[in-house]
Amino acid sequence: MNRIDATFRTLGQTGARAFIPFLPLGFPTLETSGMLLDALERAGSDLVELGVPFSDSLADGPVIQSAYHTALAAGVTVSRLFDFLEARQRRSDAPLVLMCCYNLIHRMGIDRFLALCARAGLDGVLVPDLPIEESGPLRSAARGAALALVNLVAPNTPVGRARRIARASAGFVYYVSRRGTTGVRESLDPGLEAAVRDLKTHSRLPVVVGFGISTPDQAAAVAAVADGVVVGSAIVRSIQAHLDADPVASTEALARRFKEAVRPDPARPFTHSSRGRGDR
Amino acid sequence: MKPPGTTRTSRTLPDVAGYFGAYGGRFVPETLIAPLEAFERAYRRIARSGPFRARLTSLLEDYCGRPTPLFFASRLSRHLGGCRVFLKREDLLHTGAHKINNALGQALVAQRMGKTRIVAETGAGQHGLATATASAMLGLECRIFMGTEDMRRQALNVSKMRLLGAEVVGVDTGSRTLKDAINEAIRDWLANVDSTHYLLGSVLGPHPYPMVVRDFQSVIGREARVQIRRAQGRLPDRIVACVGGGSNAMGIFFAFLGDRAVRLEGVEAAGQGLASGHHAARFVSGEEGVLHGTRSLVLQTPDGQIGQTHSIAPGLDYAAVGPEHVFYQHQGRIAFASVDDGEALAAFRLLTRLEGIIPALESAHAVAHLLNDRGRPARGEVVIVNLSGRGDKDVPTLAEAGNLHPS
Repeated sequence: MNRIDATFRTLGQTGARAFIPFLPLGFPTLETSGMLLDALERAGSDLVELGVPFSDSLADGPVIQSAYHTALAAGVTVSRLFDFLEARQRRSDAPLVLMCCYNLIHRMGIDRFLALCARAGLDGVLVPDLPIEESGPLRSAARGAALALVNLVAPNTPVGRARRIARASAGFVYYVSRRGTTGVRESLDPGLEAAVRDLKTHSRLPVVVGFGISTPDQAAAVAAVADGVVVGSAIVRSIQAHLDADPVASTEALARRFKEAVRPDPARPFTHSSRGRGDR
Repeated sequence: MKPPGTTRTSRTLPDVAGYFGAYGGRFVPETLIAPLEAFERAYRRIARSGPFRARLTSLLEDYCGRPTPLFFASRLSRHLGGCRVFLKREDLLHTGAHKINNALGQALVAQRMGKTRIVAETGAGQHGLATATASAMLGLECRIFMGTEDMRRQALNVSKMRLLGAEVVGVDTGSRTLKDAINEAIRDWLANVDSTHYLLGSVLGPHPYPMVVRDFQSVIGREARVQIRRAQGRLPDRIVACVGGGSNAMGIFFAFLGDRAVRLEGVEAAGQGLASGHHAARFVSGEEGVLHGTRSLVLQTPDGQIGQTHSIAPGLDYAAVGPEHVFYQHQGRIAFASVDDGEALAAFRLLTRLEGIIPALESAHAVAHLLNDRGRPARGEVVIVNLSGRGDKDVPTLAEAGNLHPS
């Protein structure tokens, strides 16, 4: 069983939900990202999503784009990112999932990319601009490399297609809670709960929700229906706001608030774990 | 009935997944899959129906001014030493470029799909202007994304689009040009897929755009084929067109793909020179990659970050190229050359003086190719140049830079 499956299994035993912060690598520098990742792990993150800076990241809103451009301007390259991840000491067993636009993978070649991921100790990969029709080669190679290729489902994905996507996913299914790009939103989509419940009846994998979750209250509301909550732009915005002070301490404090918001709720029934998932 | 000059290959590509051989496809966030599939279905159902074709044809004739003339450029031909150069006058179309052929076609499809809002990108402003025009005529809300660098150098088109009721949104990221405008248009579409159609302006982007835009632009070549036969009693030896994304080029080439004796040449922007690194010569320095949803040749760093490009012509200033062009280049059917800023500027002035036609800086690249050693026509050769747009938009910027007259 890989680390992602193990994490969700452990969480499921207590009815807890995964808190999954997103961290753009190399923002503002690789050294600071290392400290930020340590802080996120100390704060009890259950899984961390790591963003690889890309010049033309279509699915991202202004907050994450700006972080990526800062990182690229500072000279961060894909190979330096992998060197950094390989050299770093982990502070926890939280699985690490890389979010990477497809051109970067295509450019270095799937085999080399997966080899670098494995060497860096990554547990999964999420490619936001690679729909299932185009992901065959990466999917089979990732399976061979024991790396989870996580698929995304959008609010407008038809049910039949959502089932296919969920069946082809590994690790978990990432449900995009809002149309549009990543970013901070005032409110959550009213159809979210029904959509996630519907998806969970079609999948044996945990369902994680992300895009637009910006406050602990929103995270708690999502945690009531999903197995995990991704918080991206809110964390990046906090790093940005504290660049001149202590971004590490403030990010750790923010992460603890989100972690608290998704803590186990004794009244909450078990979800996926009660359905007797076998090892995959 | 089978249109003249098309082959089995050209009629059956792209395949069901949107591929031209190894190029094309649909590399987009999941949120865009459903709207792309809906657009493809609507396009196949609506745009190929008799009533739609009749309506589009009538608008292209009465509103836009089709068919455009095929003009024999006698003084340019003499200047080049006895060849016969014909200009396909897309510059004479309403809004001043070939872009209206596609903008009108897609806007009509969008309207029949029940969309009330259009978003589009623009580089030189010609596609934005055509889209704003079609939107005004059909009563659709319109938002155009344009790089701030392009807004500066194509200010006239910005004013025109606003006059037409479009909202023009400046894009201040990246190189502040076409690539960045496409990013923002796609992001807008991601957030508004129910109400909005993304009216992409070139043979780029995820399937079905390369096919749809090609189909709407292929009227150029169908007309030219009939016209050159009438004028010369035969097909041309060569057809030359500039290639940014490649819509005017694919538009004129498509009807001739099956005519193996007709040489097809695309001309891309060498900017400040191929050695300078400041250019948009994808067929020279591009590597296979994925940009804006399609697999193609992309100017990029060794790391896979998208490269910065430069051309004096904003419409050619783009890091990737339409996938169908790459496919036919690999097949040996379309050849590509490049022309730098200075050569394009010289051709811009020359055509103006010799023929009384001010070409767009983009189209001037195609003319310039005939003037340099690599593209000079042989004696007696019959050449068609697709004059894709007019140069009014470029005059103020060139005047300001002191570039209207040779120094």
